[in-house]
Amino acid sequence: MSSPAGVIHDIGYQRYEGERLGRGDVFLALYTQSLRSVFGLGRNFKAKIFPWLVVSVVAIVGIVIMAIRAQTGEVVISYSMLPQVLGTLMVLFVAIAAPELVSRDLHSGVLPLYFSRPLRPADYALAKLAALVSAIVMVWGGGQVLVFIGAAFSVKGFTNVMNELGDAGLGVIYTALYAIVYGSIAVLVASLLKRRAVAAAAVVGTFLITAPIVGVFYILPSETAHQLAQLFNPASLVGGVGDWLFEPTSSSEELGIGPFGPLYAAVTLGLIALCVTLLIARYRKVSQS
Amino acid sequence: MTLGHTLSPVTLIATESLTKTYGGRVTALSDLTVSVEPGIIGLVGANGAGKSTLIKILLGLLPPTSGKVQVLGLDPTVDPMGVRAKVGYMPENDCLPPDLSAAELVTHLGRISGLPKTTARERASEALRHVGLYEERYRQVGGYSTGMKQRVKLAQALVHDPDLLLLDEPTNGLDPAGRDAMLALVQRIGTEFGISVVVCSHLLGEVERICDHLIAIDGGKLLRSDNVSAMTTSTDVLVVEVSEGDQELEHRLLEMRLPVSRDGHALLVPLEDDLTYDRILTAVADLDLPLHRLDQRRHRVAELFADREAAHV
Repeated sequence: MSSPAGVIHDIGYQRYEGERLGRGDVFLALYTQSLRSVFGLGRNFKAKIFPWLVVSVVAIVGIVIMAIRAQTGEVVISYSMLPQVLGTLMVLFVAIAAPELVSRDLHSGVLPLYFSRPLRPADYALAKLAALVSAIVMVWGGGQVLVFIGAAFSVKGFTNVMNELGDAGLGVIYTALYAIVYGSIAVLVASLLKRRAVAAAAVVGTFLITAPIVGVFYILPSETAHQLAQLFNPASLVGGVGDWLFEPTSSSEELGIGPFGPLYAAVTLGLIALCVTLLIARYRKVSQS
Repeated sequence: MTLGHTLSPVTLIATESLTKTYGGRVTALSDLTVSVEPGIIGLVGANGAGKSTLIKILLGLLPPTSGKVQVLGLDPTVDPMGVRAKVGYMPENDCLPPDLSAAELVTHLGRISGLPKTTARERASEALRHVGLYEERYRQVGGYSTGMKQRVKLAQALVHDPDLLLLDEPTNGLDPAGRDAMLALVQRIGTEFGISVVVCSHLLGEVERICDHLIAIDGGKLLRSDNVSAMTTSTDVLVVEVSEGDQELEHRLLEMRLPVSRDGHALLVPLEDDLTYDRILTAVADLDLPLHRLDQRRHRVAELFADREAAHV
C-alpha cells in the first residue's frame, strides 16, 4: 500500500547531535549579518538607497581623480586627503548606518534573544562596531583603490608603481583610522537611543556640536591654543593625526598642529579606547535588564 | 561548585537559599530553595513575584546576591555560556524585528546559538513547522497576529535543540483558543520532544493542566514546590460556562442533586463519573442555553493558591 502522493509525513521532532560552533564562528556570523545590513543586503529596497548612494558618490569622486591623474598626471587629491575631503559624507554614512546596526535591535527588543544565547555582550558590541568600520574601509578604501588604479597606469616604471602602492596602502590605513574613530563614536551614541531617526540626529549632532569649540580656540590670542584647537572635534582630530603622519614637518607646523603631533595621536587612541570601553559597559548593562 | 547532598543526578534546576536584592533595598528573591526534576514545570506567581528575576539568574544574566544555583548540572554564575548553549528562552515582551521574515530571524538566531549555516536554516524551518508556521514563515513578522508572533518566539527558543526551555508568560495576549493551542504545544514539547520546560505564568489555572511540577512564589519567597500529582486529589471538577442563563442552569443542576458551586460566571460541578458529563449536557440542552465551555479542572491545586493569589492580584 503506497500512501497518496503529496502527503507530508510528520517525522516528529529531531534532536540535534551535530557540531556546535565556537565563539569565533558566532562572532563571524553576527559580523557578516551586520555588515550586510549596513549595505541593505537581505533587506528591502528602501534600506539599500542611502548606502549605495554613498558608494556611488565615493566611486564617482575616485573615478574623477583617476581620470585627471591619467590625463594630466596631476595629483588633485592625495590618498590621505580623500577621507578628509569626503569626511562630511562619512559623518552622514555613520549617522545612518550605526542606528541601523544597533538602535534597531534596541527598538525591536530582540537583544534578550541574543543575550540568552552563548554570545557575550562585548562580542555583540564589537561585532557591530567591526561591521561599521569594515563598511567604511570598504567604501572609502575602495575609492582610494580606484585612484591607485589610475595612477598605476599613468606612472612609468616598476619603482614608481611600488611607491604609489605604498602611498595608497598608507592612505587606506589612514582611512581605517577615520573609520575606527567615526565608527566607535557613532555606535556608542546610537547604542544609547532606541529610535533610529533620533539616533541619526544625535550622531550628526555629536560631530557638529564639537566644531564650534575648535572655532573658539582659534579666536584665542595664543599660538598654542591654535595648535591644540583641532583636538576638540573628531574630524579635525583625525585630520591632525594625518597632518602629523603625512605632511613634512615644516608644513604640518604651518597647518597648525605645531609640535603636538604625538599628542594628537595619543588623544585619538584614548578616544577610541574610551568609546569602546563605554560601548562594552553599555551592553553589559543592557544584557542584565 | 556543586550544591549539597540533596541533589540527584537527574536534577534539572536546583537553588539553595537563592537571594537577589537590587541596590540592597528591593528584594526580588528571598532565600529560595527548590529542586526540580526534568519535565514540565509551572512557575506561578503574581506579577512582580520574582519569576523574571529567577529566569535571568538561571540564564546567568544576573548574578544572585547570595545562595547557590544549578541548571542542568551547571552553575550559571560560573559557566553562563555553557548553560545558555543548552537552554532556550522565550521572553515575555515583544522581541521580534518587524521587517525580517520568521525564517530569516530564526535562522540567524540559530547561528548565534552556534549552528552551522545550512543546519541553522534546516532547523529553523523545522522549528517553525513544529510550532505550526508553514508558508507564512517567509512573510515579514510585522504582519503577523499575536498568536503567530508567540509561535515565532517559541520557535527561536527551540531552534538550537535545547535541553531546557524557559518560557516567560507564553500565553500573554492570546485569546482563549490561542491559549489552549499554545499550552497544547508546550505540553507536546515537554512530552513528545523530550525537552524539559519551565512555564512562567501568573495564571495558575492555566499551567496546572499541563505541568508535572508546580513552583509557586510570591514576593520572592517560595510558597510551595511540589509534584502536581501530590497536590491534586482524585476528585476533579467540571467547569461549565454558558453565555447566558447561568442562574437557571445552576438551579436546574441543583434540582438534579448535583452539588454546584460558583466561580464568577462559571459553575463548578464535582466529577463523580462519566455520567456527570451527560447530565450537565442534558440540563443545558433542556434549557436551550448557549454552552460556552465544559471541561475538567483539577480541584485542589487552584484552592491551594487561590487565597494567596487573590490577595495579590
